[in-house]
Amino acid sequence: MNKKAVGAAALAIGLTATLGGCAAGSDGGGGDSAAGQELSILIGSSGDAETQAVTEAANAWAEENDATVEVIAANDLNQQLSQGFAGDSAPDLFYMGWDQFATYASNGYLEPYAADLSNAGDFYPGLVDAFTYDDTFTCAPKDFSTLGLIINTDAWAAAGLTDADIPTDWDSLEEVATTLTTDTQVGLSFGLEYARAGAFMNQAGGQLISDDGQTVQADTPENVAGLEYIQKLYDAGVYKRPADLDAGWSGEALGKGLAAMVIEGPWIKGIKNDFPDTNYAAYELPAGPEGKSTYTFSNCWGIPQGSDTAEAATSLVEFLTSDEQQLAAADAFGVLPSTESAAATYAETYPENASFVASADYAVSPVNFAGSSSAMVDFNSKLETLVPGGDAQGILESLQTSLQAALDEANAQ
Amino acid sequence: MSKGMRAGEAKYGYLFVAPAVIIIGVFLVAPIFLALYVSFSNWNGLGSPLGNSEFIGAENYQKVLVDDGLSKSDFGTSIRNNFYYVIFVVPAQTALALFLAVQVNRRVLRGRGFFRTAFYFPSVTSSIAITTIFLFLFTASGVVNSILAFFGINGPNWFKDPRGIIHNFLGVFGVSSAPAFLEVQGPLGISWWEWVAGPSVAMCALIVLAVFTTSGTFMLLFLAALQNIGAEIDEAALMDGSGPFRKLFSVTLPMLKPTLFTVLTLGLIGTWQVFDQVYLTGGNGAPAKTLLTPAFLAFSTSFNDLKWGQGAAISFILFAIIVALTLLQRYILRDRDVGKRAETNATRAAAEVKAGAARAVAKNASTNTDTTKAGIR
Repeated sequence: MNKKAVGAAALAIGLTATLGGCAAGSDGGGGDSAAGQELSILIGSSGDAETQAVTEAANAWAEENDATVEVIAANDLNQQLSQGFAGDSAPDLFYMGWDQFATYASNGYLEPYAADLSNAGDFYPGLVDAFTYDDTFTCAPKDFSTLGLIINTDAWAAAGLTDADIPTDWDSLEEVATTLTTDTQVGLSFGLEYARAGAFMNQAGGQLISDDGQTVQADTPENVAGLEYIQKLYDAGVYKRPADLDAGWSGEALGKGLAAMVIEGPWIKGIKNDFPDTNYAAYELPAGPEGKSTYTFSNCWGIPQGSDTAEAATSLVEFLTSDEQQLAAADAFGVLPSTESAAATYAETYPENASFVASADYAVSPVNFAGSSSAMVDFNSKLETLVPGGDAQGILESLQTSLQAALDEANAQ
Repeated sequence: MSKGMRAGEAKYGYLFVAPAVIIIGVFLVAPIFLALYVSFSNWNGLGSPLGNSEFIGAENYQKVLVDDGLSKSDFGTSIRNNFYYVIFVVPAQTALALFLAVQVNRRVLRGRGFFRTAFYFPSVTSSIAITTIFLFLFTASGVVNSILAFFGINGPNWFKDPRGIIHNFLGVFGVSSAPAFLEVQGPLGISWWEWVAGPSVAMCALIVLAVFTTSGTFMLLFLAALQNIGAEIDEAALMDGSGPFRKLFSVTLPMLKPTLFTVLTLGLIGTWQVFDQVYLTGGNGAPAKTLLTPAFLAFSTSFNDLKWGQGAAISFILFAIIVALTLLQRYILRDRDVGKRAETNATRAAAEVKAGAARAVAKNASTNTDTTKAGIR
């Protein structure tokens, strides 16, 4: 008897059928208008305030358009998104971080809808650039944040400093950091990562990628100077990393009074829950030898490519990025509106955050192209060894190699 | 084929095992084959791998193992980290588990039930909860450092400290940077100096955590095996004049060999797959990638970089490593009843039996005398 053969054949057929089952996509039907549609929104929320604000805004749109919207706050946005896309059940609308945008766009995950929005021309040009892939403005920036110098005003006054002493360049920053450093408090603190240290490299006149986007220029003397300035502050004892101060992030160091100045964005507002008594003010980052520079970070509203609900989702995005809704969001959880007109209103309403808006004029987006993230992650891990006594040149040379390899691969595609 | 009473029973057999076979097939076998296919494909995570990807040969494996670049050096770093994790955790957890099992197996111990529960407790608690607590215990001003400070030791900032302990040890002798013969490129894109770094201080905290959480489970395995060793064997050993240590190493341990094999195998598999703890400490194996493990690397390559094929390839390389090491361990721990070694063993055993018998006779003689004396009295 050839029972074995029959069994093997049955197993093979079963296996093929099972695998085939995986291939069968399941796309729900959908109409053209938003009416009656059910949309799901996946957000990477900073907390209850944000989740609530987004839910309220989405519900307002849903009521107008006779649709239903469900807002889901992700625990791990990247992981949940990847899982959704792989399982053909991606959310209809989601937060797309600046650092993942190019990777997603290059893999054909994103519907390029943004250029057709009625308010497409209102966004900051820098943000439009950040979310442009292959010359197509792909997704609409949700909001943005820039980095600023956050100063604990009580510590500032206690050290006998006045408004005239607000640092405007590297020398004055070092000076006030020294003045502010006491036995229990360090003058300056920020996480030693690309998204902070890179601003110093840019202030020194460096840039990571040439203007034509073909060559990496990481190991230049300008970039080395930026890192060496940080080393100098550390060696002088006036700069420490949050981890050195036993704080989870520099906002905590500021709140606990362990650091008098930190470099963070408008999200610093979030410390008011844990440290309601901390008084602080935000200023533009001091200029380096080659002028001012800061980073702008943003999320956009992503829509899956070929989504049945794309039309409804686009209408929802149009609603959510309107000046009115963005100002409401800014009010609820402190982000800066992504349209120039709303940002101007915001700066007037919240003068304490005006410096963040002001620095948007010269802020640049951190390096971000498809496949760059693993090189940047590696750079971050190497930056951890910058102080004490690290090799700035060596760290940048290693970045030069890995980033150039990633860039070549991205350009070849 | 004859048709007896039992003709046609086979189909019922197939029918009864069918549910199990189908479930295992759909949820275990099919996904494994699918993942194997993905590791040879260029699937980018959009839709199902079937129909949305192309077969690209061994390119993914080549990127991880052969081509110079971040993919290779990251993989090398993760293998280095996990290698040190395994060689520290597996012996430590096995030894501790055996020690605890022997202790709670003693009949004279009061409150045995309490101790058994207490030692087993870390194993039933979620690793997420324990890791979170360890993160607090090992902060710069945490409990562990406070205790160390009490003894005058200035503790490190555990989870933020990327320095390898072998590097630290060499630093004591003034070797703080790579000597020339270690500066050369080692396997998998990282230098030999990097290979000998040892586990980072942060990894040491995870090693302590792993030993703490897993030794309870293995204690239970050892305990079950210990209780299978009859009291008469204990008595025989006692009569043969073995002390507690001799008894442990010459009688108990050889009888525990099958369990030892199980424990070592499970330990080896578990430690090569460490993921939760790394995921929870956050930030891609920070500090300085010294917590990066192959399992975590497979995850982040797939989910963050959307290089699913490469992530699957890493998983299958890890699978190969685990299988190879398990086979090696099986070879080392094999029963030595055949071959040249077996002959020597047999001769030695025969000699020992003889000597033991002689000792027993002598002992019996003296015992007999004692009894006789007692009888007279």
